Amino acid sequence: MYPEYMRDSLKLVDETRQKRLELEKSGKPVFAPMTAEERDDVLNKFHPDYKKESRRVVHIGPNKGEEITTEVADILESHSRIRAELFNLDKPDYETDILIVGGGGAGCAAAIIAMQNGAKSIISTKLRMGDANSMMSQGGMQAAVPAKDSPTRHYLDAMGGGHFDNKPDLVRAMTEDGPEVVKWLEDLGVVWDKNPDHSMYVLHGGGTSRKRMHSCRDYTGAIIMRTLMDEVRNHPDEITVLEFMPTVELIMDKKGHCAGGVLYNMETEEYFMVRAKATIIATGGYGRLHIRGFDTTNHYGATGDGLIMAYRAGAKLMYMDSVQYHPTGASFPEQIAGFLITEKIRGAGGQPLNRHGELFVFPREPRDVESAAFIRECLERHNGIQTPSGRWGVWLDSPLIDIIQGAGYLYKNFPAMVRQFIRYQIDITKEPMLVYPSLHYQNGGVEINAKCESNIPGLYVAGEASGGVHGRNRLMGNSVLDYNVFGRRAGKYAAEYTKHVKLDKLSLKHITAYENELKKARIKTDRMAPVLLPSYTPEDVRKRQLTAHYEGTLR
Amino acid sequence: MMANKKAPAKKKAAPAKPRPVKTKPQEPPKEMVMVYIMGKAHRVPADATIMGAIEYAGYQIKRGAGCREGFCGACATVYRLPGDYKIYTGLACTTLVQEGMWLSQLPVIPAQKPVYDIKKLEPNVAAFQVLYPEIFRCVACNTCTKACPQSLEVMDYIQAAIRGDIEKVMDLSFDCLSCGLCAIRCPAEIVHYNVGILGRRLYGRYLAPKSPELEARLKEIQQKKYDKEYKELMSAKRDVLKKRYYARDTE
Repeated sequence: MYPEYMRDSLKLVDETRQKRLELEKSGKPVFAPMTAEERDDVLNKFHPDYKKESRRVVHIGPNKGEEITTEVADILESHSRIRAELFNLDKPDYETDILIVGGGGAGCAAAIIAMQNGAKSIISTKLRMGDANSMMSQGGMQAAVPAKDSPTRHYLDAMGGGHFDNKPDLVRAMTEDGPEVVKWLEDLGVVWDKNPDHSMYVLHGGGTSRKRMHSCRDYTGAIIMRTLMDEVRNHPDEITVLEFMPTVELIMDKKGHCAGGVLYNMETEEYFMVRAKATIIATGGYGRLHIRGFDTTNHYGATGDGLIMAYRAGAKLMYMDSVQYHPTGASFPEQIAGFLITEKIRGAGGQPLNRHGELFVFPREPRDVESAAFIRECLERHNGIQTPSGRWGVWLDSPLIDIIQGAGYLYKNFPAMVRQFIRYQIDITKEPMLVYPSLHYQNGGVEINAKCESNIPGLYVAGEASGGVHGRNRLMGNSVLDYNVFGRRAGKYAAEYTKHVKLDKLSLKHITAYENELKKARIKTDRMAPVLLPSYTPEDVRKRQLTAHYEGTLR
Repeated sequence: MMANKKAPAKKKAAPAKPRPVKTKPQEPPKEMVMVYIMGKAHRVPADATIMGAIEYAGYQIKRGAGCREGFCGACATVYRLPGDYKIYTGLACTTLVQEGMWLSQLPVIPAQKPVYDIKKLEPNVAAFQVLYPEIFRCVACNTCTKACPQSLEVMDYIQAAIRGDIEKVMDLSFDCLSCGLCAIRCPAEIVHYNVGILGRRLYGRYLAPKSPELEARLKEIQQKKYDKEYKELMSAKRDVLKKRYYARDTE
């Protein structure tokens, strides 16, 4: 329930609705989309990435000297969890064709396709299989299926959204494979939303020039992820899943091939070595690093583990100076602050409004632009609404959707959103939601080519952990597509690679070398990475956690 | 979410301290309640979710947290309330604590998942008979439905599976999170959520009407219809591309 002091503003939202409905029905944009110059201006002044303290120079490793996101630089300049000399590299605990690090969408897609190409795999995952951002995507997946759309138009939309910094070959791979992914998933049993005439039900997303957002109500990621997981579990002889056993370092061979990884059993605190002919990093993003103190839409394990592992082994990172803030994270109630409000709400006609109930931005600008415009409306123009705990927000008019699309539309198409708010006595079919940008996506990552190869032979990267495909800003619906397209590609090309690669003796020398680099750069820190899990332990509890010596599993 | 070193409750994003447009109401002193986490008493904020309360009490969750937003089903929780004999179920991430709540998370739900080849199944009752024969033991007690944190009609989709009505299984189980609270409460020992997944996959693969547009587009791509335009776009200079982008029409 909204507090009493917000009532006046809510009334204004009601009062302006009819006028805004007519605007929507006119067929023209409800608010003028920004020009290139206007976009630049709002980004420069209000996007968190453009603040000076958001970035710092990283002093060691393949990207040495580059300015990158401060929190990422911190995890790169950190110690390994292991001491290389304690491991007997002649006796790996597991042998397999491909080690897949991460059990989300990209990892599962890779395992299925690798299997079909004759390669066995081990999926090493920190939480359970499917505890991933893939599971949480609500709005949908872009793919150029409708006749009036085309893959090349999708290409142009993605390039513009990414400020033309995207790697062209990756964008082509993603957009050209899109329709094939729709078909592949349907054959696996994904239930896509369809029109009465059997065509795909599609909507707009921010920055799309054609409607191409395919969805499964607002449980798109959950439906896709559970289908992929179920398929993985149907092949226990070819795919081994190790849960609560994250990979914490990569293993190399003497010739510089990636040759598997060191796994950590988070419950028994044992380490295991996996020798693999190829390795795929599919660890997802870093929302739980809470960059710039922002809340996040991300799952519990999103701590950027793949980045540091790959970096220590010598992999080059790309666009690590760029962070995606989703324009519509929940701002109220406090219990769901930062939670994702799908962009599909705006795709279906939902409008962002200031406290006067007025439009102040085109509802579907690319995410970075839209986010910056929200921040400007609150912090510069003072037209936002402040919550009792001091957060800012703008209204997202959801009741309008039921008027545009017909009564019952929200219940049918946004069951997750309706549920999320009704728990707190807010009925989004009758009242708007209060939203503010929330840390959402790692735009950059390990640089790959269209075969998902990194600069390290035998090391493949797919999904959010990779960099290049989205440039410096991803469009809605391109991450679900990304993890499917590149998960599949990684599975295929890694499987092919395992047919001819001959591994030499295993080595963890890169871990020792990295420690030496830290020392040489005079970096003194007690930071350790991969981070694995964020800590939400309150300060006063921490102060009492005073165990002097760490002894096995007893702290 | 609890405040802590990494995730301060207040956003740091603001460059300058903004001038509030309305005097914000004074925050009242935090109201607290007593809850029993795995039998141990802890005082926690009254407006906390169960997950927030567990972390506030000082636990580092390993099992029992996934997406934290009600999509993954990792945080199934059972609890009782004072003076009430009933067992309640909920997701730790979306259920608020109450005074005297006695709660325990379920780290994992033991459940069988038969292996099958989706290509070899037929979309009818036989699939359920072979893979999940125990559903025919359903006594229609509705305990599964009462246990569902998503308020789904769980028993109805099991009954639909018994009748071979796959579309209904798909529709009613669509929003299922596989948290397993239905399965742990079922006297007939059914694993409902896996039955739901099977129903949805059968529907998606075999019964959903196929899009003619999709087939047409796939053929075009196979025939490399877009090759030329891709090459042109990929080799275009940034300003040329930019011009084309801002000049494009929108549906």
